[in-house]
Amino acid sequence: MEIGLNHYLVLSTILFAIGLLGVIRRKNLLMLFFATEILLNSVNISFAAISHYYGDLTGQMFAFFVIAIAASEVAVGLGLLIVWHKKHNNIDLDSMSTMRG
Amino acid sequence: MELFLYTALFSPLVGSLFAALFGASPKTKIAGIVPSILLGVSFLSSLILLVLVMGTGLTLHVEMMTWMATGDLYIPFGFVVDEVSVTMMIVVTLVSTVVHVYAIGYMDHDKGFNRFFSYLSAFVFSMMILVMSDNFAGLFIGWEGVGLCSWLLIGFWYHKESASWAANEAFIMNRIADLGMLIGIFLIYWNTGTLQYEEAFAVMPSLSTDILTWMGIFLFIGAMGKSAQFPLHTWLADAMEGPTPVSALIHAATMVTAGVYLVVRANPLYELIPSVGLFIASLGAFVALFAASMALVNRDMKRVIAYSTLSQLGYMFAAAGLGAYWVALFHLMAHAFFKALLFLGAGNVMHAMHDELDPFKMGGLSKVMKGTFLMMTIASVALAGIFPLAGFFSKDLILEVAFVEHHYIIYTVLLFTAGLTAFYSFRLVALIFHGEDRYKLFGIHPHEAYKFMLIAMSPLLLLAIIAGAFKMSYFEMVTNLLPATEYHVHSAATYWIMTIGTQIFVALAILYAYKKYTRKDIVVPDGTSKMENSFAYKLLINQYYIPYFYQEYIVKAYRELSEVFWTKIDQKVVDATVDGIANVFYQTGERTRVMQSGNLSTMLKWMVAGTVALLSLAVVFGLAARYSAEIKTFLSGLGV
Amino acid sequence: MFEAIAFYLFAFLTITMFYIAVTTSQALYALSSLAAGMIFISAFFFILGADFLGAVQIVVYSGAVMALYAFGMMFFDTTRDVKEKQGNKAIILGLSILSAILIVVIVSAPIVGNNIEAFYPMTEGAGNVQEVGMVLFTKYLVPFEVAAVMLLVAMVAGIVLAGKKMDLSLTLMTEAEILMMKEEDKNKKALS
Repeated sequence: MEIGLNHYLVLSTILFAIGLLGVIRRKNLLMLFFATEILLNSVNISFAAISHYYGDLTGQMFAFFVIAIAASEVAVGLGLLIVWHKKHNNIDLDSMSTMRG
Repeated sequence: MELFLYTALFSPLVGSLFAALFGASPKTKIAGIVPSILLGVSFLSSLILLVLVMGTGLTLHVEMMTWMATGDLYIPFGFVVDEVSVTMMIVVTLVSTVVHVYAIGYMDHDKGFNRFFSYLSAFVFSMMILVMSDNFAGLFIGWEGVGLCSWLLIGFWYHKESASWAANEAFIMNRIADLGMLIGIFLIYWNTGTLQYEEAFAVMPSLSTDILTWMGIFLFIGAMGKSAQFPLHTWLADAMEGPTPVSALIHAATMVTAGVYLVVRANPLYELIPSVGLFIASLGAFVALFAASMALVNRDMKRVIAYSTLSQLGYMFAAAGLGAYWVALFHLMAHAFFKALLFLGAGNVMHAMHDELDPFKMGGLSKVMKGTFLMMTIASVALAGIFPLAGFFSKDLILEVAFVEHHYIIYTVLLFTAGLTAFYSFRLVALIFHGEDRYKLFGIHPHEAYKFMLIAMSPLLLLAIIAGAFKMSYFEMVTNLLPATEYHVHSAATYWIMTIGTQIFVALAILYAYKKYTRKDIVVPDGTSKMENSFAYKLLINQYYIPYFYQEYIVKAYRELSEVFWTKIDQKVVDATVDGIANVFYQTGERTRVMQSGNLSTMLKWMVAGTVALLSLAVVFGLAARYSAEIKTFLSGLGV
Repeated sequence: MFEAIAFYLFAFLTITMFYIAVTTSQALYALSSLAAGMIFISAFFFILGADFLGAVQIVVYSGAVMALYAFGMMFFDTTRDVKEKQGNKAIILGLSILSAILIVVIVSAPIVGNNIEAFYPMTEGAGNVQEVGMVLFTKYLVPFEVAAVMLLVAMVAGIVLAGKKMDLSLTLMTEAEILMMKEEDKNKKALS
């Protein structure tokens, strides 16, 4: 059985759905970060797959940049998280209600 | 020569702006003096122009700049100085100069001194535009300008409710008439394609009589409003709420004669439609009698003079309607002099009597106010038309015109009115200046006005006496432009009988007034005497119940209609629609603000929902683009 | 055949790992399963011939990012149970699945329509790393540099944000000192 592009896309979609599920249901901010990592990775898979099946390197390039962005996001995000934790002694999503108008 | 024209026109404006600079500051004499001087300059320029026009017979026509030029419409800011407009300029600038100087004394103790002069000069400027414009559009601008200034000045003491009410009444009545005037102007433009006097009048003889009749009627409706002819006359008596100099200048000498000026100016039009002319003359005669009858019993000094003005305007319209335009203009001029004098004298009396207006409460004032007494008596003699004062020449001429033109009914009415005029004028003089000193009962200590006010009035006094002497030279000048018809009664005997008869009739009326009102037993009427309860008296003192009729049947009906429109249409339809639209957004906001709970996980959910919505849209549009051909055939199959 | 077995195996593994990562209540489990999932994903990259990307995936995610998270977790009280009260489960699942399906449709649409063209075709006879290098340092040079600057900025930001009060060490302080510091913090908060 030949593995085609569609297989990869479906896999990528399933992973994306899992990531989205995590984003919606997690209340712990750290877990929320994990879920976003899953989202980014699922997209990376489809980029790599499309790049492979069409013989075009653009997909891989995008995947690189996605990884770079993910890395910086983690660095900044974790820094913010630490600051928040120092201040409020928790990283519960529901406690962040300063945006309430 | 253009320099004099512009000086005459614009110096009142400069004066007005100058006084306006001090509008908010406390009373400064200079705000009265400078506009007065500038008006004097304007008067001198007008005088030079008069000499020029009289001497050379030339008319001055300048075009200052283009005002409107679109398509076929071309209206310049053009000004013309010819025999007619120069007459008006002289009258306007002379009377207003006198009134300005007089007002410096009259308004001496008023807080709005500076404001008053600003308005008054602005009025003169508007009036100059009105009389000098060479087209109907410019005339209309001046027409509205004087209306506005009249409103400002009648309501000058705006803290008095009656004053602001009277101001609004005058303004609204004039608006009604101005609509007629505008329609007339539109008709002229529609049918002649121009608004310049000369060009429009040149085309008119080729138009059909129907159209000309409508033009004449609508223009005359405008004139009726401004000159307070029946049935739009009620505002003039109420306008006496304004300061007395205003009454003298605006509501006696200048603005109210604008209607006469319009008819005289449009004489080529009215020449073509004699039936409308006859209507104007009949209405004029009717108003003359009608107003004079109301003046007989009125107990408000200024209102009596106002009715007398109304009555004299009726004379002017009678003359103009009969085609004797130069006679109308001549009477306009003479009337301006003696009526302004009368009003200013009344102002002196009012000052002396601390704003008391009822002549029954005065009496015997000739002892303390000799100058005023002299002036008012002469003005009244002139008004009554006794030889050799101004009124004799101008008013007798109108009677002659009516006689010569064989309109005997008009003649009789006017003759009878002349007697009434004499009677009510001297009723006033007798009550104010002769008889017992009734004012003492009210604890008032009258005093004569300032010297300079009397001096300021003296030019008017002089002119009220001698203006008649200029009759023939004026005739020669003005008939360059107007139809030159000399009115002479054919047989000398008839002429002398008429003239002397009129004089005797008028003199008898004066004597009767003196006899009746200088008696010792005159008391302030208290509504109990037999005369006061008679039907005729009640009819007259209530102004034929016309204001009552307007109030009950027009104002109230209009008010009820407005009420219906307000509650039913405005609130239920217009407001409800607007409120409904606003409510939709308000409710949407109210409902959706829960989204913004500030809770991050809720927000995340909404974010995902939004993403899903956008993705669905992308899919739908993608599919639509991919299968656009199929969709089109499908839709055309459905008949879309 | 071999490819198919590998794909299904790794697909199963990654899905399981990520599922655990998003459902478990233990932060440590989540972290470990996430790291495992990342490594399994790199397997797909190797299968797809993107060797360099796979290596980067392992290095960056499993190495750097996971280590970062592990360090971050030390600051937080991860054992504490965060109460995860949920709204409507159906909405959550529905939204996730719907969006997933839509993404599949959108991504696959041009492929189904067969109107994609390769902008930068693979060079024959060159290794993946070489190809990537050639494209990255020619066509994508500017984005690459921008990404480098972004990483630098992120690093500085991370240091600045997390680095405050790093001179204090709770392990070296006595109980009394810690209590005092907490009091001070409380006062500060009250003041602010």
